[in-house]
Amino acid sequence: MNNSLVTLIGRAMFGPAPLDHTDQAAAIAVACAVVLFAIAVPFASIVTWVERRVWARIQSRVGPNRVGPNGFLQWLADGVKHVCKEDVIPEEADAPLFKLAPYLVVLAFILPWAVMPFSSMLILADLNIGILYMTAITALTVVGVLMAGWSSNNKWSLIGGIRSAAQIISYEIPAGLSIFPAVLMTGTLSMQGLIRAQKWEPYHWFIFANPFCFVAAIILFVSTLAENNRTPFDLPEAESELVAGFATEYSSMRYLFFFMAEWGNMFIAAAILVTLYLGGWQIPRFNWSPALMNLLQFICFLVKVLVLVFVSMWIRGTLPRVRIDQMMSICWKYFVPIGFINMIGTAIWVAFFPHGSRLMEMAMFALALAIVAAFAWRVAYFTRRSRMELYFHPTI
Amino acid sequence: MSLGLFFFLAVLAALSALGVIAQRNPVHCLLALAVNLLDIGVMFVGLGAVTVGFLQIIIYVGAIMVLFLFVIWLLNLQAEGFSGYLGLKLFGAIGAAALAAEFATLFLHTSRISTPGASALTQGTITTLGRHLFSDYLVAFEITSLLLLAAVVGAIGLARRPPLSAGLSAAAGSDLATAESPRQMSRSMSVSAEQQTTTPRAGSA
Repeated sequence: MNNSLVTLIGRAMFGPAPLDHTDQAAAIAVACAVVLFAIAVPFASIVTWVERRVWARIQSRVGPNRVGPNGFLQWLADGVKHVCKEDVIPEEADAPLFKLAPYLVVLAFILPWAVMPFSSMLILADLNIGILYMTAITALTVVGVLMAGWSSNNKWSLIGGIRSAAQIISYEIPAGLSIFPAVLMTGTLSMQGLIRAQKWEPYHWFIFANPFCFVAAIILFVSTLAENNRTPFDLPEAESELVAGFATEYSSMRYLFFFMAEWGNMFIAAAILVTLYLGGWQIPRFNWSPALMNLLQFICFLVKVLVLVFVSMWIRGTLPRVRIDQMMSICWKYFVPIGFINMIGTAIWVAFFPHGSRLMEMAMFALALAIVAAFAWRVAYFTRRSRMELYFHPTI
Repeated sequence: MSLGLFFFLAVLAALSALGVIAQRNPVHCLLALAVNLLDIGVMFVGLGAVTVGFLQIIIYVGAIMVLFLFVIWLLNLQAEGFSGYLGLKLFGAIGAAALAAEFATLFLHTSRISTPGASALTQGTITTLGRHLFSDYLVAFEITSLLLLAAVVGAIGLARRPPLSAGLSAAAGSDLATAESPRQMSRSMSVSAEQQTTTPRAGSA
């Protein structure tokens, strides 16, 4: 058989390039899987370490600091520990579905890395529908979560699964609507195309292109928080009510899979926002070697993504959980209508200013600077007023 | 898409479709349906309609399946036994026989199975799709969107709360019976709602 599913996967990942030999295609597909896993797992795991350290600092704790420098290798130790634990499958659970569910969730977290634009050349496959692919693949998470919640045969799991699914499919709508303004301005769905349409100067990022994009970027950020079950929208895993939500009955490696996917999805969500609205890997042009340029672009992309991940950790450390009716009304009563307004507004804006308006870009950039300055001033004011003792020891 | 791949996907689609109707547990049926829809999405991708394929996955697997699952849970459907529905089975058998006869004639009259040509592979890009939708099929597109809008409005109309006076009689607590005016009623209702929501928080604190 000359062509097979493997060919299809290969073609889907590498665009229109034809793959004629099955063994070649199979090798490429296996390589893809290995590479995806090798990229995705360390990033997700490093995010767990960052989160535990940052969160510990927010709560005046130290956090993990024993394994490796500053506890950097803690994720490796945790992984080994989870692999060594007993894999418990409840007697009353629906065993095949119970076993399958974590793999679906992990699949939905591994596949988006194929179109992750780390730099101008460092991308596995620049699909011409990259952002659509990302949305489609992350939508598969819902099936895995529901499967986990139902097959555990546990009321907490079921309620957690239902809450999570309701939350994900609700917030997918504003998130999808917030993707459109950037797509409207570039006329492409390819991740690299979206980044190439922006420049390295902050005021040329799409977030500042017009007021609608500014709002859309904020809605996208909040929606991705909700889609990933992050605080203040972590109702599916509300520990005080639901133990651990849909993951209650899971143990060992399967449990780790769920949480690896959750942290990895944080990274993916931040990467989508960076790609669409924050300039991606764009850095100033220098006449340096391509390898060095790509390294710098990669660092730039990573820094932007990690800043956003840090903000979501910060939110997790400071905001209380919202009620479920508040969460739903935020989505359906505010985000969805505003999302539609953003889309239509951007379409009109593009019709009037096909090349963008320099004045508005500058104005939006100034507004963002003013917001950041006001926020920093308030933080400084309260820090001074509360007379807290500040320790600047990033490493303990 | 090669013939071998097509047969693989077609057999998978047929098997998962059988799984939808042959299984006893509604949730298992639904997951078989998810496999079926995913399979059809992959088929679209294989035929070069990449956009349609991924939209199929987003909409059907991501959203509509979940709504089906919610409905199954809301109605609390349980696994069925093998008994009952004799009349339905009779009609089902007749329908199946008719379909089988139809397929048989179709296969007998098909001389050759061909794979899609190269032109089909270029038709499925998002640019072509958008151009076709907004020029050649504009009327159909707009009528479809109008139909969907009507469905949305209808759903909101069905789910709308009855007017305040009618709703109160259903939802009235004992403390509302003495309220004189609707405004007072609504105020006391909102207060009780607030109390309800703040009580667990105070308890947990």
